[in-house]
Amino acid sequence: MAVLVDDNTRLLIQGITGREGQFHGGQMQAYGTNVVAGVTPGKGGTKTLENVPVFNTVREAVAATKCNATIIYVPAAFAADAALEAMEAGIKLVIIITEGVPTLEMMTVYHEARRSGVVVVGPNCPGVITPGKAKCGIMPGHIHKPGRVGLISRSGTLTYEIVWELTRAGIGQSTCIGIGGDPIVGTSHLDALKLFNDDPETDAVVMIGEIGGNAEEDAARWVKANMKKPVVGFIAGLTAPPGKRMGHAGAIISGGSGTGQEKIRVLNECGIKVGEIPDQIPALVKAQLK
Amino acid sequence: MKIHEYQAKELLAQYKVPTPKGQVATTVGEAEKIASDLMCWPLVVKAQVHVGGRGKAGGVKVVKDMAALKGAAESILNLSIKGIKVRKVLIEPAVDIKQEIYLGLILDRSTQRPVIMACAEGGVEIEELAVTNPDAILKLPIPPTYGLRPHHVREVATFLRIPETAKKSFNAIMGGLVKAFYEKDCSLAEVNPLVITGLGDAIACDAKINFDDNALYKHPELESLRDTGEEEPLEVLASEKKLNYVKLEGKIGCIVNGAGLAMGTMDIVKHFGGEPANFLDIGGGAKAEQVADALKLITADPNVNTIFFNIFGGIVRCDLVAQGILQALDSMDKFPYPIVIRLSGTNEEIAKQILDENKGKVKSKGTEMTLMPTMAEGARKAVEISKSRAAA
Repeated sequence: MAVLVDDNTRLLIQGITGREGQFHGGQMQAYGTNVVAGVTPGKGGTKTLENVPVFNTVREAVAATKCNATIIYVPAAFAADAALEAMEAGIKLVIIITEGVPTLEMMTVYHEARRSGVVVVGPNCPGVITPGKAKCGIMPGHIHKPGRVGLISRSGTLTYEIVWELTRAGIGQSTCIGIGGDPIVGTSHLDALKLFNDDPETDAVVMIGEIGGNAEEDAARWVKANMKKPVVGFIAGLTAPPGKRMGHAGAIISGGSGTGQEKIRVLNECGIKVGEIPDQIPALVKAQLK
Repeated sequence: MKIHEYQAKELLAQYKVPTPKGQVATTVGEAEKIASDLMCWPLVVKAQVHVGGRGKAGGVKVVKDMAALKGAAESILNLSIKGIKVRKVLIEPAVDIKQEIYLGLILDRSTQRPVIMACAEGGVEIEELAVTNPDAILKLPIPPTYGLRPHHVREVATFLRIPETAKKSFNAIMGGLVKAFYEKDCSLAEVNPLVITGLGDAIACDAKINFDDNALYKHPELESLRDTGEEEPLEVLASEKKLNYVKLEGKIGCIVNGAGLAMGTMDIVKHFGGEPANFLDIGGGAKAEQVADALKLITADPNVNTIFFNIFGGIVRCDLVAQGILQALDSMDKFPYPIVIRLSGTNEEIAKQILDENKGKVKSKGTEMTLMPTMAEGARKAVEISKSRAAA
């Protein structure tokens, strides 16, 4: 069943009547994702997109539609609250697309999710796609191809670039998880690797990282000790100067830690082959699958 | 967002953290005035810049009389530290130092919570200490559910062997630091050194605070603390245009949609032997106005001799991006830089056709466009053009 989302996903869109919710809601429906409900406070009782009922609260949406996953497009100031509302209403998969969520608020969301057994993906991420089954995010669906390679990444377009390279090389994807570019994210590289390790439909994993923090190193050490499947890596930001935030809130080298060079060193040490440029990824994956 | 030491101290003082009572001067005359108002010697004169390593660079001086003060203020106000010109000095009473301590709070990414860092050897950079003597540092995570409690303060004070006489003022520093961290959405708040004085009190002799940019909208009162004079002028301009830009030292100006791909683009330019001039993420849309702003911004950097567009058309269609680039050129009289464009993804064929049809127009602006099919080929081409221009 790949991981996180598939054809059993009954998706709720929080912020469905906003610009992003409308556009990407339509794109997700066109891809075949089962969008069963939307929430926009004050617009309950109406319908939008292709016959999707809108509710004022997540609790109402869950009661009426049995939605089992949510995607959040609401503005940054309200995104953490939207995530907490979804968790309280019993939804077990919460994908936060929104960029700019205050870190301390995200901290609360993170710990509440762990406490209540909810998987949070994001914030500041492109979402999750299981090609051919469900697209819960903002990624272009058509560049993907169903297959058996899992993909984990902190970025959006760099991931599309690598997915596109894989697809053109004939390598399909089981699930692609955009974990997000913020310093605190609900699902880490390590969490995502564990999901793929246990997934019978995934044979190998591509892990795309970038400067800042040490989540890639933690993941690599876990791979060395526990992973049953090959992992190929890519790290962006080798030329980034220290102390500068490179677009993503989490992409910053601070106090000399979180450099790309160090990440690549640890990945190599843990037996993960790292591509120097994105074009090399398909060949590295193919070599591992032989 | 970073702020100056004096601003951090003023903020912490609002949270009842004891600090030396100083003032900021921008000229030697102001410095003299402050010194005569303070009426106590020795004084310390400290450069106010957003970078570390001030002491080593000669940006901190203790002075015993007015003549020395004038000399120190003059020399420090003429300094540049790590490329940043010193424009302000803080003048405050020198503290009688018996012991120097490090006390800080960071938002720890790997444990997803604020962590208190404490070390009995203050006054040095904590990153250096973490390498040379990690055992000397106490790391105490603050529980996300119930926050800082009295036992945490006792644990830290015990680890640091805070003398009995300083307990009360130490508690005030630690309590104020943690409260400020949460209330102002900091990503880092540190007191270094926290000094135990000869009289046995604790006082915050230096302070550093960084705020979480994502939370600045909650704190309009912090906006006035921003000192754009400390930032790279082109980066200030970029943030006014809502572009994500970081200046580098190379010659190839990169324009990319998406932060991860923008980093990947810098790296691939370097991989093929070139030097990227910048990080620039124009966002998913790549509209004409953004492209025009991006081109103007990049060419304001005199090092740039070649432009490399690396656009992956996913949701955004390549034909719209191509039109955006042409419209941006339309809005300029001349654009004397060669442009390498890599556009792939949705409607890439139509985009190529549009750019082909407009070759004449492009030429009339004084530029030349080369379309390349992949990121690697685009980067290689941009490097080749940039090198031949540098040699010419």
